[in-house]
Order: sequence, then structure tokens, then C-alpha cells
Amino acid sequence: MSKATSGASIELTNVTKSYPNQPQSAVENFSMSINPGELIMLVGPSGCGKTTTMKMINRIIEPTSGSIKIDGEDILSLDQNILRRRIGYVIQQIGLFPHMTIAENVSVVPKLLGWDKAQIASRVEELLSLVELDPSKFANRYPKQLSGGQQQRVGVARALAADPPVMLMDEPFGATDPITREKLQDEFLRLQATIGKTIVFVTHDFDEAIKLGDRIAVLSERSQIEQFDTPANILANPASDYVSSFIGEGAALKRLALIPISSAKLSSTSATGPSVEISENLREALDHIVLNGGAPVPVTDAKGKSLGSISVKEISSALGADVSSLGIKKGK
Amino acid sequence: MDYDLSLVLPFLIKKADEILELSTEHVLVVLISLVIASIIGVGTGLLVWEKPVARSAAVATAGVILTIPSMALLTILIPIMGLGWASTVFALSIYSLLPIVRNTVVGLREVDPAVIESARGMGMSKVAVLMKIQFPIAWPVILTGLRVAAQLSVGIAAIAAYVAGPGMGAYIFKGLSMLGAANALNFALTGTVVIVIIALSFDAVFILINRLTTSRGIRV
Ligand SMILES: Nc1ncnc2c1ncn2[C@@H]1O[C@H](COP(=O)(O)OP(=O)(O)O)[C@@H](O)[C@H]1O
Ligand SMILES: [Mg+2]
Repeated sequence: MSKATSGASIELTNVTKSYPNQPQSAVENFSMSINPGELIMLVGPSGCGKTTTMKMINRIIEPTSGSIKIDGEDILSLDQNILRRRIGYVIQQIGLFPHMTIAENVSVVPKLLGWDKAQIASRVEELLSLVELDPSKFANRYPKQLSGGQQQRVGVARALAADPPVMLMDEPFGATDPITREKLQDEFLRLQATIGKTIVFVTHDFDEAIKLGDRIAVLSERSQIEQFDTPANILANPASDYVSSFIGEGAALKRLALIPISSAKLSSTSATGPSVEISENLREALDHIVLNGGAPVPVTDAKGKSLGSISVKEISSALGADVSSLGIKKGK
Repeated sequence: MDYDLSLVLPFLIKKADEILELSTEHVLVVLISLVIASIIGVGTGLLVWEKPVARSAAVATAGVILTIPSMALLTILIPIMGLGWASTVFALSIYSLLPIVRNTVVGLREVDPAVIESARGMGMSKVAVLMKIQFPIAWPVILTGLRVAAQLSVGIAAIAAYVAGPGMGAYIFKGLSMLGAANALNFALTGTVVIVIIALSFDAVFILINRLTTSRGIRV
């Protein structure tokens, strides 16, 4: 899938936030350059300043000092409300307006921007379909009539309503159960592949960061950047013990999930057992091998045509090779 | 005391026109006071809900007003506003402030901070958030304040008849002043029953208004 980029660049320079009566800054001298269309994950332990960092971008929190630019424009000189209408905002508590229908919730920003009725109606329909909620079924419901996962989808649709170049998301899937979360993450990745927003995504869940991020910033206290790199590079070369401890156990297994089978060198010897598709990742392949009693498994293309086989040996050499070759893509 | 029930019906028939007029007055004086108190009370609530000092001051003031005995307040008002409607409307309006101000403040403050934050984050101004998000969500609570104020006013209006105020209270005071006379109990009972009916009708109307004006999304 070719990646659309409707995103804008974001440039934070020496951004600091000190709350009054606090011994130390919540965010200190934070600098980061974000490319248009990038999905950046801010990950770190609770209280390290992720939320504060993110909320300075739409000025829900005003920085104490430093500069923030979106597409080169200094946002601190803009009118807050005008700025925010150009930035999608999703928070963990969702914050849907309980007295408005789903359609009305999604229309808020387009209305603020003065779109006409027909335009808004068609946009609502388009967005609800985009987040996989049937408009005919959901448009006229109220938030309380939706499940948590459905509400979160509406939250995303509402944030996307006016097609903002930038999205800020603060642990958007944090309050959902693991199964729903995984489904929302998968949908979100597919969505981002088509819309290509510049997204700053806050999470404390490193696995979520690996799964979703184009680049991950691992943060420690006062929002200090410990490492800022692609998921694969962070997993392969953690910059410090702090980062390693944050990655936790099983770094190699986590990396496998990021590498498609196509980037491994397949063996031409034929194998028997449950076959995997070449579009799957190496973790999937390893899974099949384990289920196959440790023996190599056949690899096929989407149509089921055999392309060779893969064993633990090919998997580990792909893992060793990928750090330099970087033929890394994400997800499914 | 003897009370001849068979005399009630002839009394009611004879007095029908007067009863209707007095109850209309009663409803009217409550309505006028309620409109005035709503404007002042809801307005005050909208202004102070977010400011801790002003908020406490407003609620405390309205609370103190309510502790003034109504007879005393009316007596003080007579030299200033004279007998009748003006004193009554004034007294009812300021007595109504407490439930209205307090419920407005509570209702606005009870709105989930996440809802307010997401509204602000979408680029709504503070005033827009207050009027389009917080107010409609707080509306059932505010309406409850108005309903309590209405009940309060219906009752206090009866006492205002003491200063020649409008309404059914006149019958109660008439009954009191002629205690022992043949019709004393008829006057007092009719006044009381009609006032109870007025109070219940106000309640019914408020329930209806609540159903008609509260979003289905926040109805319990
Ligand atoms: N409004 C506030 N006033 C004072 N301190 C705050 C406020 N908000 C956050 N903090 C402090 O700033 C630090 C960073 O908080 P936050 O950005 O919410 O962290 P995270 O999102 O990483 O959990 C914490 O130590 C927190 O206690
Ligand atoms: Mg946070």
C-alpha cells in the first residue's frame, strides 16, 4: 500500500514545562524533529512527562519556554482555538459529548470551521465507515449506547473529522480490554497507512510502541529522550540499560514480529507441515515451526504456491542481518 | 370542633370565581419570581462555577438569605416596597436563589473533565464549551434546582398573603383570622388544598419540561 502523507512536520526545540510549586520541571529541554506522515510513539514510565510533552503541541498545556513549530509555523504565536481545529486530539478517557449523537460528536470541528450541512453529513458517513462503524446503525445513537471499543473508534473519527494534518493521541487504547485493544491497534495501523497523518502517540506500553510506531522515543524522567529510533533499531541496539530494561524480556522475539518472512533467505529444500504465507512475519513462522515439532515449514505466496521453506536457522540469520539491511516493514 | 362537611360544596360553588382568580395569581407570582430568580441564579452560577472564592460566596449568600424567616423578611420589605406584589415577588425571587445557584454550580462542575478537555482540544472557546457542552449536560441538574425553587415559592407565596400578597394564601389567613366562625375551616382548607394542587402541578410541568428538553443521551 502506498503511504499517503497529508501530515505536517513538527519541530520542538528546547521545550520546557515547569508547573508552579514543583521542585523540578515536568519536561526539560525537549527537542524533537518529526517528519510529515510519521507516527511517533512517546513511551516511558508513568509520570515521566509524556502527556505534558504531547499536550504542549496543541497548547492544552502552555510551555514555559522553548519553541514549537508545525510546518515551520510557530504555534505559540497562533490563536489557540484556530490551532486546535487543525490538530486531531484523542485522549484515553475519550471524552465523547454524552448529550450529542455520534454524528453530532463527529461534526463538532467541521461545524466550528463553518462547513455546510451536506458537506458535514457526507463527511460523517465517510468517517464512521472509515472506523468500521456502520453509519446507518450508529450515526443517531448516543455515546452511552456504544461499547468502550466503539466509543474509542468514534473518538478517532471525531479527531479526524476536519482532516487535520497532525493528530495527538494520549493512550487512546489504554482503557480497553486486550482483545479490543489489539483489534483497535490493527485497524488504526491500516487507517494510518491510508491517511498518513503526522501522529504523536503517547503510551506506557512498549509492545504497543513497537507495533505501531515508525519511530519510538523512549523517555525517562523530565521527558529526557533516552533513545529515538525505529522499533527495530531500538530492539537490536538499545542505547542504555534504561532502554533495555524498558524493552523487557524477549527482545529477539519482539523483533521477529517486525520482520516479514520475505526479508529472510528461504531454503529451497521442501518441507512438510503447516505452511505460512510469505507476507507474514518471522514470529509467525517461528510459531509454525514450534507447532511442527521444530522442523522447517513450507512458505507459500498468497495463492498458496510454494516458495521454499524456512527453519530456525534462516530466522536467526535474518535477525542478525536485518540491523544493517533495514528492509523492515511493520505489521500485516 | 364541629365541622359540617355538607357545607363544603356550597362554599366552593359560591366562591368558585374567587378561588380561580386567587389561584391564577398564585401561579403567576411564582412564575414571575421563578423567571427573575432563574436569570439571576443561573447567570450567577455560569459566572462563578469555576472560581472557588466567588462560588463559595455566592452559594453562602444565597444560603443565608434562605435562613431569614419569611414573615420577618416580608415585614422588612413593606416599608420599602409596600404591600402586595412587589414585596412578594422580591421575597420569592431571593428565596429561590439558593437551589438555583447551587444546582447550576454543581451541575456545571460535575461535567466530566475529560469531556471539557476534549472540547477545548477540538478548538472550542471557553464560552462555547460552557454553553454548548457543559450547560446542556448540566441542564437536568439545573432544572431540578428550578423545580425545588418552584416548590419553595409556592409555599412561601402562601405566607406572603400576610402582606397582602397575591394568591391562595389569602384564604388561609382569612380562615385564621375568623377562627371559630362558620366558614373559617372552609377558607383554610380550600386555601391549603389548592396550594397543594398548584405545587403538584408545578412538579408535573417540570417533569414534562425535563423530558422534552433533556438530551436522550443523558437521560437516566
Ligand atoms: N497540572 C499539574 N500540576 C503539577 N504537576 C503536574 C501537573 N500535571 C502533571 N504534573 C507532573 O508532571 C509530571 C509529568 O506528568 P505527565 O506528563 O502527566 O506524565 P505521564 O503522561 O508520562 O504519566 C509528573 O510528575 C506529574 O506529577
Ligand atoms: Mg499521561
